[in-house]
Amino acid sequence: MDIYLPIAEMSVNVFAIFGMGAGVGFLSGLFGVGGGFLMTPLLIFTGIPPAVAVATEANQIVAASVSGVLAHWKRGNVDLKMGMVLLIGGVFGSSVGVWLFTVLRELGQVDLVIKLCYVVFLSIIGFLMLAESMRAMMARKRDIPLRQHSHNWMHGLPFKMRFRRSRLYISALLPLAVGVFVGLLAAIMGVGGGFVMVPAMIYLLGMPTSVVVGTSLFQIIFVTANVTVLQSVTNQTVDVVLALILLFGGVIGAQFGARFGGRIRGEQLRGMLALIVLAVCAKLTYDLVATPLDVFSIGLAGH
Amino acid sequence: MLRILSFMIVLLALALPGRAQARDITIDLTDPIVSITTGFTGTDLLLYGAVKQAGDLVVVIRGPARDEVVRRKEKVLGIWVNRDELVFDKVPSYYRIASNRPLNEFMNPTDADRLQIGLDNLDLRAKVSGKLLPEAPYEFREGLIRNLQRIGLYMTKPDNVVFLSEQLFRTRLRFPANVSVGTFTIEVYLFRDNKLQSTATTLLTVRKFGVEAQVYDLAHRYSLAYGVLAVIIAVVAGWAANAAFRKG
Repeated sequence: MDIYLPIAEMSVNVFAIFGMGAGVGFLSGLFGVGGGFLMTPLLIFTGIPPAVAVATEANQIVAASVSGVLAHWKRGNVDLKMGMVLLIGGVFGSSVGVWLFTVLRELGQVDLVIKLCYVVFLSIIGFLMLAESMRAMMARKRDIPLRQHSHNWMHGLPFKMRFRRSRLYISALLPLAVGVFVGLLAAIMGVGGGFVMVPAMIYLLGMPTSVVVGTSLFQIIFVTANVTVLQSVTNQTVDVVLALILLFGGVIGAQFGARFGGRIRGEQLRGMLALIVLAVCAKLTYDLVATPLDVFSIGLAGH
Repeated sequence: MLRILSFMIVLLALALPGRAQARDITIDLTDPIVSITTGFTGTDLLLYGAVKQAGDLVVVIRGPARDEVVRRKEKVLGIWVNRDELVFDKVPSYYRIASNRPLNEFMNPTDADRLQIGLDNLDLRAKVSGKLLPEAPYEFREGLIRNLQRIGLYMTKPDNVVFLSEQLFRTRLRFPANVSVGTFTIEVYLFRDNKLQSTATTLLTVRKFGVEAQVYDLAHRYSLAYGVLAVIIAVVAGWAANAAFRKG
């Protein structure tokens, strides 16, 4: 069954898109990740214009994050104060990101920048995860306790603030900067930014892991909502029909993923995710480097 | 309303060259309106008509004009990057030809050039900071046409016009899913003894219809409301998903 997407202005197979949503949803349920960093490249691979893919994915992440944060909220795993500081930075960063996106689109360089951002971040994250899960697997074999990291170099910064839920007394500038950076990525890459936010919260801010995911999801809702509205206003690239199909697929897939995930060990899961991330990254790199089908491309003037 | 309008234009076109030739060609479409609805995957239309005296026919269909940017990629540090770009002025968003036999068998190149029949004869003008260039760079022009051919908006080979008798003819027109909305002109040229005898014109409207039209309209005319609505839908859907699976 084919459906015409009103904003992307193309006809797609509903089941193919639904299947993609379910597949990425399954992985996100399995690994406990947002999935935006897999969904957006997949949409681009299927021929959805990158500008539409990025903006629409932001819209879908709003739903996924709302669904995810409710469970964490019930268990009290959301540091509201930390979330607020992060989201102030995030809203600012994502607004700048959408502006940058619009400028790049006019210059005809937005597709390139999106793909380059993906290649850079996916390769870094992929290799780090792979290395980490390998080390964990080896440590388990040899029974070596893992070292706890603690970076305390930033404790001299001003504007100190107390975050009770996270049991932290750190400069507000740190979460603010993390928020700005992740917001910028969210707007340009069409992701929630959890894959950068979560490690930054654990290793940079030193937050306890119990509140990390809930707080990250909490601020992602607002950042992606901001991106959705701003993209709608400036670029008219949010396709609600596409977002809804992805959403239904994603929600169902995530439930199965979460159930399946309980049976596999953590470091094996992370190793598998790392390989998927690196595969997507390799495909994107190939597209950038390989000689294109046609060196000429067209676009509408003023877009 | 549009049917009447197009009919009047047909009459006008037939009346103009001279009374003697009036109604040399009569044409009509199976439907003067193409509606893009939720299930739209492109459509076929039948153009049919009659000529008073046998001859050769060329049908030319053009979509609404728009400015197109053509970009050329170059390899920079191992990566293909868009470098030079050129804006083409008022490019037909759709261009297709149908004829009853190969064009060069009955049409001289001067006529083809003057009437812009055939991809090589299309008058595509590039512009730089608002000023039209006398001649568009060949590679960019070819790049533009090639891209439009690849996505099925420009014809790659002429379609067939079938004569059912000496006078009656018909041709099938294909409109792909990515067709743009607006007014399409359909011109029919009748040649006899390698000379243009008469012409007929009709119009076709492509529009979005139903939910598709409303979503598109809202997104472009009330984009703030659209964005806010998109967020509300997402929040409700996320909450509903959580509620549904908690119970199950």
